[in-house]
Amino acid sequence: MKRIGNYTLELENHPYLEAFGAVGGKKEKEGPLGEYFDKCFIDTTLGQDTWEQSESKLQTEASQLVLEKGSLTQNDIQYVFSGDLLNQCISSTFGLRTLNIPFLGQFGACSTMGQALAMASIFVESGAADRAMAVTSSHFCSAERQFRFPLEYGGQRTPTAQWTVTGAGAVIVAGQDVPSKQMTTVYPGVTKPKRVTVSHITVGRITDLGVKDANNMGAAMAPAAAQTIADYLEDTNTSPQDYDLILTGDLGQVGSELLEKLLRENGIFIGENHNDCGLLIYDRQKQDVHAGGSGCGCAASVSCIKLFPEMAEGLYHNVLFVPTGALMSPTSSQQGASIPSIAHLVHLTAE
Amino acid sequence: MHKQAMQNTPSLGSKITDLDQKQYDRWVKQFSPPSTWLKNCLMAFLFGGGICAFGQLLFVLYEGVGLAEKEARMAVSITLIFIAALLTALKVFDNIAKVAGAGTIVPITGFANSIVSPAMEYKSEGFVMGLGAKMFIIAGPVLVYGITASVVYGMVLYIIRLFL
Repeated sequence: MKRIGNYTLELENHPYLEAFGAVGGKKEKEGPLGEYFDKCFIDTTLGQDTWEQSESKLQTEASQLVLEKGSLTQNDIQYVFSGDLLNQCISSTFGLRTLNIPFLGQFGACSTMGQALAMASIFVESGAADRAMAVTSSHFCSAERQFRFPLEYGGQRTPTAQWTVTGAGAVIVAGQDVPSKQMTTVYPGVTKPKRVTVSHITVGRITDLGVKDANNMGAAMAPAAAQTIADYLEDTNTSPQDYDLILTGDLGQVGSELLEKLLRENGIFIGENHNDCGLLIYDRQKQDVHAGGSGCGCAASVSCIKLFPEMAEGLYHNVLFVPTGALMSPTSSQQGASIPSIAHLVHLTAE
Repeated sequence: MHKQAMQNTPSLGSKITDLDQKQYDRWVKQFSPPSTWLKNCLMAFLFGGGICAFGQLLFVLYEGVGLAEKEARMAVSITLIFIAALLTALKVFDNIAKVAGAGTIVPITGFANSIVSPAMEYKSEGFVMGLGAKMFIIAGPVLVYGITASVVYGMVLYIIRLFL
């Protein structure tokens, strides 16, 4: 592992994604990616008494699922990095308390999958672990009650608002010399899946261009994504055209357009290669989600059910995965403070 | 010191966060789709008007069965509150309100929904610190400022009447 440029880490040992998967809720199942989820819960309570417990269950399910998919047990994983949106990250701690794997809680708002994946990769790269797991979750109902209004409150959402994804994604990162225990291929129809490896990581800087509207988080997060992408491209001396896909986390419609505008003003053109998990997970016209999806579960599930599998299938070889997060709290929003944001970049290659 | 460091290593990235906030604000406005004012106003007019017309119908009915005017008015309010609370409990109200907007918020139906919905939501934190404490989390400010305003209004009226 070595530092290149100001902000980027190059992972020379290329840790790879051994197993990945995600669980979702009802709305996610009805969305365009519904069929790709490993498991969806039509009853979004997941049989639990409270929404917080439901979200915890999502993490439990996702972590168990990914262990099964990799033919692994808890004992094979040395560390788990996990986070969510709830106060004190209770979905992670409650959801994984029976997992019995050394745990490090992460908070990066909706960018947490980027942070957790980066930490797991660095731990494996450095030799601190043979295998490490990254898990994140969000739940529409627990996020609504913490950040907005009671579920049954009769209000209207603004066109710039985003819809918190009910879902959890998990991925296991392993060292190249760690033999895969997978007996059967997890990608139907692909005889020889490629290894999805982590090549570079750029940890984002907190940016704040003064957006205060908590109903327009895409606008708040776009500068962070632009900053991190620009930092990475400069550090590696590459251009967006060198990549098959630049996949941001949950900028939604408004944030995606602003990201492209911000980069264009700085001479970086990402238009054709860029997509956003928040735009992919729902049908914005039919599902009434306004500007798109959001939440820790958004980038986590879209990457684990769509991006990583398609890289393994060979559809994409060279991808920048850039989850984005709005680092505000209900208190800071009520006090009228602007929204600091962050974006972490993980450069993935299929080998 | 920060600025100097940036001059020494001119970074493409640093330009982005150096962007003028006012400039960015203009871009945000440019790319954020506005609310559909005309449609929202029309829906609020239709639903709000519909609820008021329904209230008037109830009033006529209650008077018809022999209630005095004052009692009939109170019975209308109670009926509308009951219907709104019931629809909230049946998880229907928010779907209507999504379309109706101010049409369901402004009449007494909105007030009922704003008390019943947090009561349902926070029941999971217990009947005292959950339901009891958080029931008025949305309606509370309306009560505080509504009652304060009516007290001030009453005093003003009292003082004016002293001189008339």
